[in-house]
Amino acid sequence: MSTDLRTESPPPRVALYNNPKVRSAVYQVGLCVIIGLLVYGAASNAIENLRRANIASGFGFWDNNAGFDISQTLIPYSSQASTYGRAFWVGLLNTLLVAGLGIFFATILGFIIGISRLSKNWLLAKAAGCYVETIRNLPLLLQLLFWYNAVLKTLPDIRDSFTLGGAVYLNNRGLFLPKPSPLEGFGWVQIALVAGIIAAIAFRLWAHRRQERTGRQAPVAWVTLALVVGAPLAVFLLAGAPLLFQSPQAGRFNISGGVEVLPEFVALLFGLSIYTAAFIAEVVRAGLLAVSRGQVEAAYSLGLQPRPTLRLVVIPQAMRVIVPPLTNQYLNLTKNSTLAVAIGYPDLVQVFTGTVLNQTGQAVEVVAITMLVYLFISLTTSLAMNIYNKRVALVER
Amino acid sequence: MAMSDTELVPTGPAFVRREFLPAQPPPVRMTGAFGWMRENLFSSAFNIVLTILIALLLAWVVPEIVRFLFIDAVWTGADREACHEAVQGHAIGACWPFVWERLPYFIYGSYPIPERWRVDLFFALLALGVVWMLWLSAPRRDLGMIYSFAVLPVVSFILLHGFEAIGLPVVDTVLWGGVLVTIVVASVGIVVSLPFGIALALGRRSQMPAVRLFSVIFIEFVRGVPLVTVLFMASVMLPLFVPPNFEPDKLLRALIGIALFASAYMAEVVRAGLQAIPKGQFEGAMAVGLNYPQRMRLIILPQALRVTIPNIVNNYVALFKDTTLVFIVGIFDLLRTIEVARIDPKWATPVTSTTGYAVAAIFYLVFCYGMSRYARAVEARLATGDKR
Repeated sequence: MSTDLRTESPPPRVALYNNPKVRSAVYQVGLCVIIGLLVYGAASNAIENLRRANIASGFGFWDNNAGFDISQTLIPYSSQASTYGRAFWVGLLNTLLVAGLGIFFATILGFIIGISRLSKNWLLAKAAGCYVETIRNLPLLLQLLFWYNAVLKTLPDIRDSFTLGGAVYLNNRGLFLPKPSPLEGFGWVQIALVAGIIAAIAFRLWAHRRQERTGRQAPVAWVTLALVVGAPLAVFLLAGAPLLFQSPQAGRFNISGGVEVLPEFVALLFGLSIYTAAFIAEVVRAGLLAVSRGQVEAAYSLGLQPRPTLRLVVIPQAMRVIVPPLTNQYLNLTKNSTLAVAIGYPDLVQVFTGTVLNQTGQAVEVVAITMLVYLFISLTTSLAMNIYNKRVALVER
Repeated sequence: MAMSDTELVPTGPAFVRREFLPAQPPPVRMTGAFGWMRENLFSSAFNIVLTILIALLLAWVVPEIVRFLFIDAVWTGADREACHEAVQGHAIGACWPFVWERLPYFIYGSYPIPERWRVDLFFALLALGVVWMLWLSAPRRDLGMIYSFAVLPVVSFILLHGFEAIGLPVVDTVLWGGVLVTIVVASVGIVVSLPFGIALALGRRSQMPAVRLFSVIFIEFVRGVPLVTVLFMASVMLPLFVPPNFEPDKLLRALIGIALFASAYMAEVVRAGLQAIPKGQFEGAMAVGLNYPQRMRLIILPQALRVTIPNIVNNYVALFKDTTLVFIVGIFDLLRTIEVARIDPKWATPVTSTTGYAVAAIFYLVFCYGMSRYARAVEARLATGDKR
């Protein structure tokens, strides 16, 4: 005779404080209460403190007149007519400018050094290793101060500035470059460039489809080069080179005309690119080492040449490993650009969290807006990264 | 049929050799220094060009650095006259007398001179704790843990800040500076971030949704914003959040900012270690009847932390470099004292800035490189257990 085990005695009685569900509920409610009390206490203290200090709250200051100058503005801005809101956008654009250019240079330098560290050339590999070890172990702030105070600020003054054929000037007030100003007919060159890019994309699609169908390859690289660079260049020359370079004019105390690049900008760009390149080099090296030798040997045994092996086998697999930490480094560079405040480059933190905060005294709003901007950049980037990771993830059985 | 060494083929055609030739040395061009250079420096036309370019670059940079630091450097002098190119009439390198004179300021800041023995004692106690923790076969490392994470913080606070009841006059933190502040900020970050980071990492992997949510929000928020804004928040917003009559100390505010920041990063490092522990370890610990604190303390964390020691130390290297950012909220760390000293009119010359930055560079390079070498050594030591 068999007994039905399921209908046996009821579950053992457990004391309430030993019941895992009750416990976890109590812990969570307790945590919520503690955090709620902290937030409530902080908020009520803040309201009380602000009331005592007679500081307005809210975002009304956004439309008030700013009344301070900014040394580098990408959009029209003037201290008399512009608002704090405008100053915010000026700062944000300056941050994005230095971050974008920094990412560009850091990527190029980082890839070169990362590949150099794996070179068979002993001297090159050691020199690259030395670069990485030194730069990674020095604080970025120290490097920025060095570039700004010890290198750029000790350049000669305007009268003795270094010059390159009277077109480029370098002195302790910055870098002065010729300013390109388009004349009539330059619009055709821009149209040719856009048309060339569209044609190049179309040609690539066609060549790819034909190769899938017939196996015949087309000289994609050359045709792309001809369409994107050659066609606009030809139009440019046919239209009679409608671009005037306005050279900066060196005076006794001042340089007028041309494009002025602030020394703060140059120092920040140098510091960020050189520092981040050392980290990118390590990312690239790890990525290349992650592709096993068997992959290369298999590609050779299939008859691929070294160059297609690199392009079709090694790099796609290495990129899978490289891209996530690489984006992380891009984010770090963007966040590190806030160190601009130490050398006086007008980035978001210097303009907004520095000057605007000092003038309005509205610490909570200003710091919160700044943090939200960076948080937004970080979170959108990690979202994009998650999508990428899903796309390139190894498809396993 | 037996064959001797010298007789390969006893019989056969006359053109078959019957004994071995004596072994010849390898071609001289392929071995020794020459062969090594051929293989590693001049293996192709491209490599030859690269080698020459790098050699030229080194020949330009290295002598320049040696010249600046040693050959053209000024070793003695009383003020800027000694280090001024126009006065001396020849090229000037580093201005070392400036560093000798300002060295106490770089180390102690404005800490009162009669009380500086307290800072020295703090450095000695700290060094003891560091050695005890880092030397993996030191005796009683459990005591070392208690010493470093519980005793040392209290003793250091009493020693550095002062405690009237035992006859140590109070030294306001405004007077602290230089290496002292750098070390204090780094140590507080290191000591606070480990327990908080572990707690946050466990919270992020918790079964309880509320705990998980708060941990994720904190970690992602702090990691998503730059340290500068965290420090700004700590220095301008924190005073608003506390009762009006209680004004937190400026250094304390910066320390809170650094500690929050370091904890969030440490949490992610520890989480990576927790993820490396196989599920069987959790299940095995549950099966033998351990409760949650026992499971974590006895089974999971010792393994998780062991595999993450290199990452933890690398995180500390990053933290040590990041301590320079307290400069921005007006704390006198080493870099700030150098910034102040280099523009002092008594020593202001074209080479003073570079000399000051060279001192800072050597300091950070020694500490950070030392730490990362240590991390690598521990990594190698841990890896030996996994090799079969």
